[in-house]
Amino acid sequence: MGGMAAPQVAPVETPDTDEVPVEDRQWVTIVWDDPVNLMTYVTWVFQKLFGYSREKAEKLMLDVHHKGRAVVSSGARERMEHDASQLHAYGLWATVDRS
Amino acid sequence: MGVDAVSMFRRQGGCYVATFAVDEVRVLRKVATEVVGLLTDGFDHTDPVVGRLFPDAYPDDPAGTAEFRRYTEGDLKTAKIDQAGAVLAALPESAGGEVRLDAEAAEAWLRALNDARLAMGVRLEIRDGTDLGEELDDAVADDPTSSRVFQLSVYAYLGYLQESLLNAMID
Repeated sequence: MGGMAAPQVAPVETPDTDEVPVEDRQWVTIVWDDPVNLMTYVTWVFQKLFGYSREKAEKLMLDVHHKGRAVVSSGARERMEHDASQLHAYGLWATVDRS
Repeated sequence: MGVDAVSMFRRQGGCYVATFAVDEVRVLRKVATEVVGLLTDGFDHTDPVVGRLFPDAYPDDPAGTAEFRRYTEGDLKTAKIDQAGAVLAALPESAGGEVRLDAEAAEAWLRALNDARLAMGVRLEIRDGTDLGEELDDAVADDPTSSRVFQLSVYAYLGYLQESLLNAMID
């Protein structure tokens, strides 16, 4: 990974995520840039798989393209593995990591 | 050259239709068959193409990746074989002709065309910023009859075709 550490900000407890247990919120699915996938296709996959709006999907695609990677979903580990395998089915280069 | 012209998909009612020349049918049958071969008899995790189609879920954790594979790889492989099969099933028997895809088949085609492009992209060492036109010019200058010239032209063709199908689906 390209040396970009997440900014270390003092944790603030936000009550609006109390539905999800802490240990289930700590995983992310990451999509990495690759030189083959068409930009329009990547946007379409994000809309199709995650139900994201065109705008959100396009923004994520551009993040992947320009920054080399983007977090496309977050949540419990099992869900992230499911997302990653779906993305692999569409030919996107996805990995799972702790957030 | 592999393919002289690119057919475009257009929407017709709930279907996506394109009329293919015989060369296109031949090329599409060849690449879809190669993908199936790669996923069946030729399946080999050390092949970089297989590595790209089945990426490590945990790049820094071989055990986690192996566990992920155990649960997902079978289904993923079946899906990829099926989508390549959807391309073969929709192509005209021998000569050129019309291909008509319903929504489900169109999605299978998109994914199969993408798999084929990923596989060829690895073999051709396509990188970010690779200028396909330049690559092709260089390859032609080197040896116009080379396999690289053919492969590059097929790779470019599949990209145009995938984009044309996607545009027809998005419009």
